[in-house]
Amino acid sequence: MKAAVRLLALGWVFHLKMLSRSAFDGLLGVMWPLFFATVAFFMFQAGGGQQTLLYASLGAAVMGIWSMTSTSAGSALQRERWNGTLEVLVAAPANFALVLLPLTIAMSTIGIYCLVATLLWGRLVFGIELELVHPLLFAISVPAAVLSIGAFGFLLAVSFVRYRFAWALGNLFEYPVWLICGFLVPLSLLPSWVRPISWLLAPTWGVRAIRESALGGSPLPDVLICLALGAAYVLAGVLVLDTVLRAARAKAALSLT
Amino acid sequence: MAVIEARDLHRTYKTTTGTIRRRSLEVEAVRGVTFDVEKGELFGLLGPNGAGKTTTIKMLITLLIPTSGDARVLGYDVVKDVREVRKRIGYVFGGDRGVYERLSGLDNLRYFAELYGVPGREIRPRIEELLELVGLKGREKERVEGYSRGMKQRLHVARGLLHDPPVVFLDEPTIGLDPVGARELRATIASLTQAGKTVLLTTHYMFEADALCDRIAVIAKGEIVAHGTPAHLKAGVEEGAVVEVEVFGIPDGTVERVRELEGVRSVGVEEREQAQVLVVQTPADVELTGAILGRIDGASVGRISRREPTLEDAYVALVGSSE
Repeated sequence: MKAAVRLLALGWVFHLKMLSRSAFDGLLGVMWPLFFATVAFFMFQAGGGQQTLLYASLGAAVMGIWSMTSTSAGSALQRERWNGTLEVLVAAPANFALVLLPLTIAMSTIGIYCLVATLLWGRLVFGIELELVHPLLFAISVPAAVLSIGAFGFLLAVSFVRYRFAWALGNLFEYPVWLICGFLVPLSLLPSWVRPISWLLAPTWGVRAIRESALGGSPLPDVLICLALGAAYVLAGVLVLDTVLRAARAKAALSLT
Repeated sequence: MAVIEARDLHRTYKTTTGTIRRRSLEVEAVRGVTFDVEKGELFGLLGPNGAGKTTTIKMLITLLIPTSGDARVLGYDVVKDVREVRKRIGYVFGGDRGVYERLSGLDNLRYFAELYGVPGREIRPRIEELLELVGLKGREKERVEGYSRGMKQRLHVARGLLHDPPVVFLDEPTIGLDPVGARELRATIASLTQAGKTVLLTTHYMFEADALCDRIAVIAKGEIVAHGTPAHLKAGVEEGAVVEVEVFGIPDGTVERVRELEGVRSVGVEEREQAQVLVVQTPADVELTGAILGRIDGASVGRISRREPTLEDAYVALVGSSE
């Protein structure tokens, strides 16, 4: 158990260091949240007051965390393939779930920057004040959202191990999740058949928890559901990982680029 | 019990061709490979590009599942006992890939030490020891992207040895290295068996296999065409002769025409500056120089020589006869 936690922690630091060293990814990371935030602010500025703008601002922040994870999880796995490191990671005796999970959590951690950048951009350019109703719960909601989005990235990454074109799936999921999880538009405006899908997605509860802790409400149940869904994603990923790896070994998919 | 046992290993790859009318193809990369490697032995798998060396090694290190046949490392099945095999083997492959270039050599080694389960307090001394062994001491804090190819290769070797595995697989480790770098790496490889490790080395350099290996298996088109000690393999062609004809611009079809001559065992072409050298293996008691010259239509011919075969000729004859 101790060794597993150590491996997770060190893997997280290693991949965080690795991800922070790319000038290209860094530039995208800086630009993305500012772009998302600007679009959201202009959309909501016309019809709403300060509270509505903060609502949009927080939604845009989680959009950044989500986008960093969904698109990066696929490209990171593809990069591991190109670099020839995917085979080396798989050939190691460590449980592969403990190798893969820190990679996706590191990506969503980078997404925390999106939250900070969005809120700062809103404050400096659009004059949106961040007054938190439940500061402590806000401090819990943010890591809960980051962890559960990272866990969803892990589930995506498991499929990328087997299917080398699955990185496109990450890109495909990026925009629908913005809508389905209510990042910009309240879920009540979506057709009723969409809602069960929203409830199964941790970002829905993550963004709700963050908003309710900032704007008022009872965010604790949302935090718990968000974490429970994250745990379920990890469990599902771990359960299918052995089968996926065996299929990748049978189909010789680990070294193909 | 042998440390590495491969029994009738087969591996087929499925691929597709065409854009609109897609056709599925099956490529048999390995076709019934069988061999044993004993404890402390340095065993060479020698063959040209595409012969099935890497596919064989990837089946043995658990990255590929054989289509049929079975293999064991230290008694553990490479398909069923994956974790047990991985704990006991080191894997090093040639080329620039397989390391995190944006991070330092030290970062890479620390991370892989964790992945290979090296106990926390042993990581630092083990890395120090390996940096000394591979000659990267003093450069470990630099980013890998600034390393030369030889340094990256040595980093690979250090990575493969982090958990002090009893069995080491080296897949063309000297590929692309300059002669000095390759020589240094060969010295490191030789030291592995002195430290009691069992090594399986794949290479397409005959002299490398000759210099390092206790036994060699020559693989061509997915099958082992000969195996034995380097001396044993050489003996197989010692009773022959090699005719070398320097030609300036070999006409098309010459190799095929020479191959048709009675008594010719194999024909190869080597590039040497402006000329090509036609290398023809024949039985010792047959004189074919005149007949060979007769098959080179109109091309300008330079030096002609006849010599005794080397181990490289043995390799060329073995690989050539499988075509």
